[in-house]
Amino acid sequence: MSNLFKIFNSSTGQKVIMALTGLFLCVFLVVHLMGNLQLFKHDDGFAFNHYSQFMTGNPLIKIVSYITYFAILYHAFKGLIMTMNNRKARPVKYQVDGGWANSHWTSRNMGILGTVLLVFIVIHMIDFWYEFKFGNLPTKKYIQYDIGGELKNMEFSGEKFQARVKASLGQINDFTTLEYKDLYKEVYATFDKWWYVLLYTISMFAVAFHLWHGFKSAFQSLGISHPAWNKTIKLVGYGFAVIVPLGFALIPLIIFFS
Amino acid sequence: MNLTLKIWRQKSPDDKGGMVTYPMKDVESHMSFLEMLDVLNNDLITKGEEPVAFDHDCREGICGTCSMVINGRPHGPDSAITTCQLHMRKFNDGDTIHIEPFRAKSFPVLKDLTVDRGAFERIMQAGGFISVNTSGNTIDANTIPIRKDHADMAFDAATCIGCGACVAACKNSSAMLFVSAKVSQLALLPQGHTERTERVLKMVHQMDAEGFGTCSNTGACAAECPKEISLDNIARLNREYLRASFVSGE
Ligand code: SF4
Ligand code: FES
Repeated sequence: MSNLFKIFNSSTGQKVIMALTGLFLCVFLVVHLMGNLQLFKHDDGFAFNHYSQFMTGNPLIKIVSYITYFAILYHAFKGLIMTMNNRKARPVKYQVDGGWANSHWTSRNMGILGTVLLVFIVIHMIDFWYEFKFGNLPTKKYIQYDIGGELKNMEFSGEKFQARVKASLGQINDFTTLEYKDLYKEVYATFDKWWYVLLYTISMFAVAFHLWHGFKSAFQSLGISHPAWNKTIKLVGYGFAVIVPLGFALIPLIIFFS
Repeated sequence: MNLTLKIWRQKSPDDKGGMVTYPMKDVESHMSFLEMLDVLNNDLITKGEEPVAFDHDCREGICGTCSMVINGRPHGPDSAITTCQLHMRKFNDGDTIHIEPFRAKSFPVLKDLTVDRGAFERIMQAGGFISVNTSGNTIDANTIPIRKDHADMAFDAATCIGCGACVAACKNSSAMLFVSAKVSQLALLPQGHTERTERVLKMVHQMDAEGFGTCSNTGACAAECPKEISLDNIARLNREYLRASFVSGE
């Protein structure tokens, strides 16, 4: 056991855990983005609210979410501690910094980019995650109905609902009502504030730059490097670093400007 | 050409040290960088001042002693060379050149531009060798078949001259490129295979004990390495280390 501890506490072992947690968080980002895209379904927020409920209710998802919290905390704090220790490995700094000539600036600033992300995650969690779990978000009722064998959802009140009921009298085979916390409305309200959208967009730039170096770096730390693969890993990493944060950033931007 | 040199002067390990400016007149463009410093030192000695201490030995890029950081870059502005192979034609008339020692907690400054790279020796002592019976029964290396690609990779890794530029270039003062070159060179060859598990654990743990930083994969080391040691070696070190952590009997 003490041997295992020594190994994972060594410079190389720590990097392995950083890489594993980092790659796990990359998968999390994709799942999170998929969820966010539900915001654009024209179903009065049913899909998004349903997804939010699912993410907090299902026991299996609960375990995964605890792993995610752990991954975020470990990656962030271990990363910060390592950055600080690495600074101490050079007590007297150079008068002239030649870093620009031999390395990409994202790779030299992972700690700073990560700190921006940590601050963002905290704000983000307070606004949505905390609000959803512990705040008193109003709920919204949905009716899920079977029309001609097709399941549809809509808000269980309002003019649209009444019109629909009149139009489909006799056609509905069966229906149930569902009630969810209305995170959908909360998100739309938050993304209506210009400063929040700005903060969100800037943070997504930080995600992009962090991933630009981080994705391929994780593979290197795990020892996954081969002339036949390196180019692909690099390109997939760059693609990931652009597409995923762009996807995230477009959501508040579209909501704000429409 | 006329130059302004700003050189780190430090009397002893405990001295605080600081940059001192020296104007240089009529520097020949075909001088090597070290010859230019020799000229400066001649002048200083004539004036009765203390010459600038700097390490040098072979002056042909093979011993790795000529450590200094020139304008923020170990071994100066050119790539794949040591300071002794740098020529003054790389500079222009009127330039100001900053010359500093390699900076790392694990490479303490002894005097001016000379640093103590004993940490590298201790890492080598921890595992950078193969145990061979030299009692007269030594097997000729050429009788052991070796895959050509492995021989080539091992040779490339073995060109590391232990200069320490990788540490000096790294923002974390990490010694990973050096250690990975040594681990790779031995792990790739049949003679080094027997001890590969213990070797990588011991060398990495010694590297950590010496106070070098961790690797952020910035690639600054490989970009500044005079022997162009590749980052692939660091990936191999990581693999070797991971493998060793599972199979080590320790
Ligand atoms: S890896 Fe390159 S820079 Fe580092 S010690 Fe060896 S030769 Fe010098
Ligand atoms: S003096 Fe030997 S490498 Fe420069």
